[in-house]
Amino acid sequence: MADLKELYRQVILDHYRNPRRRGKLSGPHVHAEGLNPSCGDEFFLDIRVEDGAITDAAIEGQGCSISQASGSMMMDAIVGKTIDEVRGVSGQFKLMMGIDEGEDPLDHERPGAVLGDLEALQGVRKFPVRIKCADLPWTTLAEALERAEV
Amino acid sequence: MTDLTHLRDDFPILSREVNGHPLVYLDSAATTQKPVQVLDAVDHYYRTMNANVHRGAHALSVEATDAYEGARARVASFINAGSPNEVVFTRGTTSALNIIAYGYGLNVLKPGDKVLLTIMEHHSNIVPWQLIARHTGVELVYLDLTEDYEVDLSQLDRILDDAVKIITVSGMSNVTGTLGPVTQLVAAAKSVGAIVVVDGAQLVPHYPTDVEALGADFLVFSGHKMLGPTGIGVMWGKAERLEELEPTEGGGEMISDVQLYESRWAAVPQKFEAGTPPIAQAIGLGAAVDYLEKIGMTAVREHEVDITGYALERLADVPELTVYGPSDPSRRGGAVSFELADIHAHDVATILDQYGIAVRAGHHCAKPLMRHLEVAATARASFYVYNTHDDVDRLVDALMEARKVFGLDG
Repeated sequence: MADLKELYRQVILDHYRNPRRRGKLSGPHVHAEGLNPSCGDEFFLDIRVEDGAITDAAIEGQGCSISQASGSMMMDAIVGKTIDEVRGVSGQFKLMMGIDEGEDPLDHERPGAVLGDLEALQGVRKFPVRIKCADLPWTTLAEALERAEV
Repeated sequence: MTDLTHLRDDFPILSREVNGHPLVYLDSAATTQKPVQVLDAVDHYYRTMNANVHRGAHALSVEATDAYEGARARVASFINAGSPNEVVFTRGTTSALNIIAYGYGLNVLKPGDKVLLTIMEHHSNIVPWQLIARHTGVELVYLDLTEDYEVDLSQLDRILDDAVKIITVSGMSNVTGTLGPVTQLVAAAKSVGAIVVVDGAQLVPHYPTDVEALGADFLVFSGHKMLGPTGIGVMWGKAERLEELEPTEGGGEMISDVQLYESRWAAVPQKFEAGTPPIAQAIGLGAAVDYLEKIGMTAVREHEVDITGYALERLADVPELTVYGPSDPSRRGGAVSFELADIHAHDVATILDQYGIAVRAGHHCAKPLMRHLEVAATARASFYVYNTHDDVDRLVDALMEARKVFGLDG
């Protein structure tokens, strides 16, 4: 069951059980919702954009360990980053997951160097039906960025 | 107890492996596997008599028509219908429920009328009525479930009045296995002059069904959940109901005469079978019905009570596992929904799949029921004639492995 160990790495279970930045933002923010009607997973994402950067974010919703961990890891990966940096991380994530076609962005000599905890999600690639679970927070983020008109 | 283990040899798919393990198929509430007898019947039709029905004078068309109408007669006798003409072939349960909802909704129901449902209904017995409510202004009213997952009839007196024109209820829940209180609802309907529609998608494959004894006006079900092909379903209706119900699809075969500006309908059941029907699928369903009758529906039900009882007993030993459904196997069907600790149903299903075990995970097309149960998703194991105690043991072993994957003690 090597594939299962690869899929459900400790860091994924940690984010699933202790998700970062749960809740809603008060004050000015943009809101986006991501729903997967076939499985019922849902995300409610708030981001605050100031001076071309994401200065705060919060996330709510429910779903499987893969979608929830991906959302929690996304919080760590985007808050405090410029919009350009966030777009870069999102692009690398989608390459790593095989959602977008292109070169593997990871440095396998140095695990975690490129995408941090998010790299733990690469095991999901062996479970094609679950890739959309990992991607849901990121499609929600893309919608939030569009609404923020950045 | 009837031992049905020998039937497994009739199902070719059960000998395959999934992810390196012999397949354990526990998703029969979604669709059942098919025995060679059904596969052969469909194959034989296409190889030897393929033609359109009810229209050619040539030999193939006559043979195809005989086989198609023969299947109708077998289905009629399977549910003890008064006549094969009371059996309308549809694409499935969903299609049949839409025909009834639109047939009554567009022609009979009026603003202020009510349709009574239960919160355990499948989306296919909710959404068509919501669509009709938009057209007609009828009101949908729901019966709740009790803490024991039974339909709460204590609210019936409060809800029931002369405005209720249709009562539509699942005979057996695809989530909790709850048996719908059809007898009581039929009696209640009589007192206010309402008609009763029974969604038999789960009931008919698993429970001896006699429409005369049932007393409902309509019973609908799907072929693919009872060993038959996909794309075929049944709308049984009392003869007088089928007479008053307007067709919702027009086309060939459903008319007796067509003028430029109006037409007259063919007699029942053709009135509801516009276009070329699912011929091979109906013939396959006929073979499925033969297969089930050979086992005997009493034996089918006994097997289900036995394996459901065994599953409930074994699942009770899995730590932090919650089953959503009645605990007495004789008062429920074989769809067993559960939640395991804090492991999401999709993660449970992925892990079980790695052990070759097929279960459903999600909301089971019953979101109002899931909200009532206060769960977003459950995993569901569901059983049919080919499942054994060994399958249940494999499920329980894999659930213990799932706990380990999620770092929970055995």
